[in-house]
Amino acid sequence: MSITVRQGRTLSSTTIVFAVLVLAIVAGAIITAVNGRNFFSIGNIDNVLTTMTILGLIAVGQTLVILVGSLDLSVPFVVSLASVTAGGIMAGQTGRIVPAVLLTLLVAVVIGLVNGLIVSQLQVHGFIATLGTGLILSGYLASNFQGSHGEAPRAFRLLDATRIGPVPIATLIMLGCAVLAIVMLRRTRLGHHLYAVGGHAEVARMSGVRTATPIIAAHVICTVLSAVAGLLLLARLGVGQPTVGSQGSYDLMSIAAVVLGGTLLSGGKGNIVGTLAGVAIFAVLDNVMGVMQLNPFLKDVVRGTVIVVAVAVYARREIDRRPARFGSASPTPQEVR
Amino acid sequence: MSTQVTLPRYEGSLGRRLALALRTPGGAVFVLAAVLLVAIVVSNPNFADPGSLIRFAGRTAPIAIAAMGQYYVIVSGEFDLSMAAVIAAQVVLAGNFIGQDEARILPGLVVMFAVGALIGLINGLATTILKVPSFIVTLGMMLALTGLVRYVTGGAATGNPSDAFRDIGRGGIEGVPVVGILPFSLLILLVLAALAVWLMRRPFGRSIVAVGDNAEAARYAGTAVWWLKTRAFIISSLSATVAGILLVGYAGVHPSVGSGYEFAAITAVVIGGVVLGGGRGWVLSAAAGAFALELLFLLLTSLGVPSTWRSTVQGVIIIVAVALAGRSWRATRRPRRRGGVAPSTPPPPPSPPRAQRQETSDA
Repeated sequence: MSITVRQGRTLSSTTIVFAVLVLAIVAGAIITAVNGRNFFSIGNIDNVLTTMTILGLIAVGQTLVILVGSLDLSVPFVVSLASVTAGGIMAGQTGRIVPAVLLTLLVAVVIGLVNGLIVSQLQVHGFIATLGTGLILSGYLASNFQGSHGEAPRAFRLLDATRIGPVPIATLIMLGCAVLAIVMLRRTRLGHHLYAVGGHAEVARMSGVRTATPIIAAHVICTVLSAVAGLLLLARLGVGQPTVGSQGSYDLMSIAAVVLGGTLLSGGKGNIVGTLAGVAIFAVLDNVMGVMQLNPFLKDVVRGTVIVVAVAVYARREIDRRPARFGSASPTPQEVR
Repeated sequence: MSTQVTLPRYEGSLGRRLALALRTPGGAVFVLAAVLLVAIVVSNPNFADPGSLIRFAGRTAPIAIAAMGQYYVIVSGEFDLSMAAVIAAQVVLAGNFIGQDEARILPGLVVMFAVGALIGLINGLATTILKVPSFIVTLGMMLALTGLVRYVTGGAATGNPSDAFRDIGRGGIEGVPVVGILPFSLLILLVLAALAVWLMRRPFGRSIVAVGDNAEAARYAGTAVWWLKTRAFIISSLSATVAGILLVGYAGVHPSVGSGYEFAAITAVVIGGVVLGGGRGWVLSAAAGAFALELLFLLLTSLGVPSTWRSTVQGVIIIVAVALAGRSWRATRRPRRRGGVAPSTPPPPPSPPRAQRQETSDA
């Protein structure tokens, strides 16, 4: 892999992401201090970590899907579905937690399989395939659930309330999943195949890689992680909400976080650590805008601007530092297709 | 070996060529729309009344116009997710700038088109010059515009443009024989469709399909790729502006007008057989895709299916349409399957379109 070829001389995009994150934290700390509060107080750190957890889980899954050259727009509906399914099965009883969680994850695996099979076997662009499955799920949710559904027992709600030091358990779960994904990408055959297929599917196929396997695996992992996010939201809210996913617009925000983290939207290049930094940038921005008591509608304006400006910075770098001899051989698209 | 190479679709009589065209994804959508229309008329004979048909066409015009704008962006290989936000911004702009003052309608329209062109220009330049993926650029534009619109309006309906302005969207030529009323929106759609077809036959239209198919090749052929794509984004935003003007008539002024239009327009384009990633598809098929989608919703309504299931059906349709279209394009593009192909035909591209375009290696 040529990912580390030139890291010695020029900044890698992950370095830039972390530089932006540090910048955001410093600016955030100053702004928070000006408003008479401490950015690094336990309560504030806790707030940032909690904001990171849900989007972080989804964005880790989205990173894998984007790396393999696809997209997943169905995540918000998977989140909602997981929340109402688990909530409905639990119905407030502690004894039903395990079957509820298992069944929810099973449903997620099935949805991921369907997504992956449509993309790899029917050769439908991931954008359309997952837009389609997302619409299918949203129709099911809107037709069968009005208002909140089911209830999480106290024991399950503790998942959100418990903290080890300043770190919520939910955040640890998110970080654990992220570490597993990093190990998978760096150490396993599946991970290397994922980069190969995302980089150039045809070359990977001619080199003897079964291109379907990484695509399906990435989609399954992404929906499972989204379902875990839905379970954590259930633990946080106490009831299943059929609109909890679409309200967070996790589809577009997770894609934005992944790209903000330096992963190429067209696949084949990027990493999970950058994505986590991208999610952290969003969380810090949110937190600081909350401290400034900015109009919630203006927050979206700031987010939109930050996304485009930040990505513009790496997009230039990506082009500048690409070794010339790979210029004609590697797929270097800057756009989705 | 003959030196003259003609594609099958340019051979034979007009009827034969028409039959072949209907078998491509871009032609099949017209058949699909016709079948849906027949199904609706069978399930609900009231709909066969020309008056209600023409009113349906008038209601569908904004989405068809938006789909034709989105077509230019998609066929050039990009995405425009900011369409719904542009519609909302234009609707609110109309409500606040024009208000009840009829003298401000004309300046208002000029301002709206200028704002639309500016948004398209920003989208296009950020995509082509800054090399940010269009998905991210238009997502950022969507967030920024939606936030701004909500901030300005406080999230509630504000402003009420004068009736003369709203008549552009909801009015029509009265007293037309047979159909009763001929909606202005349908007339605007027809004019824009004619304009779009003309544009696609101009050098601009030819080049934009070429850029979508293989931007690198188009660049070597001397095309200014960045300016072509930027113009596609401007057309897309302008068509969203027109859709917004028409929607003011139907829906009034509310920041949520047009919500969902970005995916609806992309759905319509894709149902029309246009390939995401660019280079394949016909502009009128995009408009036909919009009609097919709306007819499908109408059919579901007339069959008594609850409206909440609409999106499920839409999801199934979009996957099936793209799977079938992809199969069909691949079949028509790559006739090589071990012999049987005349060597004089240009060799088919060895790999799927994904692998062909490398327009960024020039930086």
